[in-house]
Amino acid sequence: MPYTKRRRLVRTAVAIALGATTLAACGSQSADGDTESGPASLTYWTWTPGMDKVVDLWNKGPGKKDRITVTVKKQASGDTLVTKILTAHKAGKAPDLVQAEYQALPTLVSNDALADISKNAGEAEGKFADGVWQQTTLGTDAVYAVPQDIGPMMFYYREDLFKKYGLTVPTTWDEFAETARKLKKAAPEKDLTTFSANDSGLFAGLAQQAGAKWWTTSGDRWKVAINDAATQKVAKFWGGLVKEGAIDNQPMYTPAWNKALNTGKQIAWVSAVWAPGTLTTAAPDTKGKWAMAPLPQWSASDNSTGSWGGSSTAVTTDSEHRAAAAKFAAWLNTDSEALNALAKESGIYPAATNAQTSGAFLKPPAYFANQADFYTKAADIAETTAPSAWGPNVNVAYTTFKDAFGAAAKSKSDFGAALDEMQADTVADMKKQGFEVAE
Amino acid sequence: MSSLAVPQTEPVAGSTPGTAQGRPPLRRRIALIPTVTLLLGALYCLLPVAWVVIAATKSGRELFSTFTFLPGTGFAGNVRDLNAYRDGVYWQWMANSALYAGLGALLSTCVSAISGYALAIYRFRGRETLFNVLLAGVLMPPVILAVPQYLLLAKADLTDSYLSVLLPQILFPYGVYLARIYAAAAVPADVIEAGRMDGGSEWRIFTRIALPMMIPGMVTVFLFQFVAIWNNFLLPYIMLSDDEKFPITLGLFTLLEQGANTPALYTLVITGALLAVLPLVALFLVIQRFWSLDLLSGAVKS
Repeated sequence: MPYTKRRRLVRTAVAIALGATTLAACGSQSADGDTESGPASLTYWTWTPGMDKVVDLWNKGPGKKDRITVTVKKQASGDTLVTKILTAHKAGKAPDLVQAEYQALPTLVSNDALADISKNAGEAEGKFADGVWQQTTLGTDAVYAVPQDIGPMMFYYREDLFKKYGLTVPTTWDEFAETARKLKKAAPEKDLTTFSANDSGLFAGLAQQAGAKWWTTSGDRWKVAINDAATQKVAKFWGGLVKEGAIDNQPMYTPAWNKALNTGKQIAWVSAVWAPGTLTTAAPDTKGKWAMAPLPQWSASDNSTGSWGGSSTAVTTDSEHRAAAAKFAAWLNTDSEALNALAKESGIYPAATNAQTSGAFLKPPAYFANQADFYTKAADIAETTAPSAWGPNVNVAYTTFKDAFGAAAKSKSDFGAALDEMQADTVADMKKQGFEVAE
Repeated sequence: MSSLAVPQTEPVAGSTPGTAQGRPPLRRRIALIPTVTLLLGALYCLLPVAWVVIAATKSGRELFSTFTFLPGTGFAGNVRDLNAYRDGVYWQWMANSALYAGLGALLSTCVSAISGYALAIYRFRGRETLFNVLLAGVLMPPVILAVPQYLLLAKADLTDSYLSVLLPQILFPYGVYLARIYAAAAVPADVIEAGRMDGGSEWRIFTRIALPMMIPGMVTVFLFQFVAIWNNFLLPYIMLSDDEKFPITLGLFTLLEQGANTPALYTLVITGALLAVLPLVALFLVIQRFWSLDLLSGAVKS
């Protein structure tokens, strides 16, 4: 049932957005068994470093057998790549395979750029956590991508400084606030962490943990609930901490932020599983002094986390070899040899659950050599990832977030108003694009 | 390291007129304000350059942890890392940029020279209309055209090729405009007339007589277009998908945007940006001398 509704919804959206031009294409049902029929040469747009080496394994191994050759064309990541894919798709020239962040999938699907690969990659479902797989189906029976990497969120803290100031690792957000205040009292020049508005993914992940569902569909209409109760709770919590001065309000990823981490001016960071890589460059002098713990919870009985980052491999509707491309996408993200190579060459944290505690993930990252069970713990946390709900214009919501929350954090003003602005802008943009939005 | 001194020669050259002017004692006080203003302007422009130069010498460890204007110790290491990145693809980008900018600017200068000359010398129906259309083209930011150009070239199956970046940049409306103005001013009608009297063909008159007179103007067009193509981002971004064909701007962008979970390669980007500026600086220093030809050239007395 949700299948037909969703398909119709998606098609309606496409029809309106594109002026019903190339819609007839919707040939997603065609092109089944062309894998066996002959050789295929596929192009693959990805930003993952070292992907060419991983693809070499395919070209020399299973790809050679099936006569499917994949060529990597390395791209820059981000929203700009989505635009580039859509532009290429308009000309019918999108590559066979693309890497896409989970939150970009609805945008690509509503523009009819992604093919349904449920026939060729559907059996991969069992290799992934439900919450992860659900992001690639958009709640339908179709499958638009195979998950590649995920970014379950965690709490990172300076073990030595926590001990020095007599702080305990917070397990709830209330304790988190208390910890921030306690540190402020003990060492006024230090901050537990900062609220940064320059990466919207962090806030989206925090809202996701609190149970927010920003985009949902009911019937033929989209429902946008960016300022729902759960998100308001999150916004109020961080806004309150910033306002009372318990935490810093400076953005992350700046030289000043790096310095604050490196010198111990900030002693904790709410981040995701990929944090060791960032910390290695941002705070090289504090190697071995950090530890990782699960994200604080909203109530002591909860056990969930959000996700920040992560991407998938999708097959485009422009591909003439969809089955072959889907076969490669499934191999890349479920085959143990491929996943090992991805971990080694590209440093990604795999979405496939069995890969999270094997191969490269038996040992902790070098930066966290002191925490032997880093990846066992990470896999346990990843399992608790709350479901997410992305919509067709995440980029607009994200841009407004950066502007509105950036300003609110700077002036230490009301985060609730910023959240309402985010909601209003997103709804307005969807209407402008021709989506039906339920109020 | 000697190459690092190159950008720093500019402030000296820039500030000389100010100090020279200040020689007569009466005017010294008046000259102080413009000098200070100019120095401030120079500082404003050169500070970021100095930042790049100094930051390029810092290793990844030093980049964000040491004082901003304190030179680091990692320059050789940064260049080595840049060299090693994806088997030296950086130099491929550099060569691509040189090709796009060099060949593109050359072709566009030729087109500009010939069309500017024709518009200035010949009288034909529709001349002003044509020129006005070109003027409208000057006002049109190239950014707007990138997507339509992509869709057009996609029809011709030319996307993701060297030509896809070269072709759209050959017609440079501002260059044509400049060439027309320059040809009208620098090539006197008398000279053309004299050439025709002597029985020279129109092509010969253009290449042998008019073109040499237009050279200083054409050098300007070449430089403008060279810099414009060298710095162009959106057109190659949309056109190209193969990173072996990327120009330097796109290449450095891929180093910055490696995905949310991979830290940006800041040291490589900064070092790469510094090295990418050097050819431009060298080009300006070398070609600058052609501008002075302006005063020497000329065939008729005014």
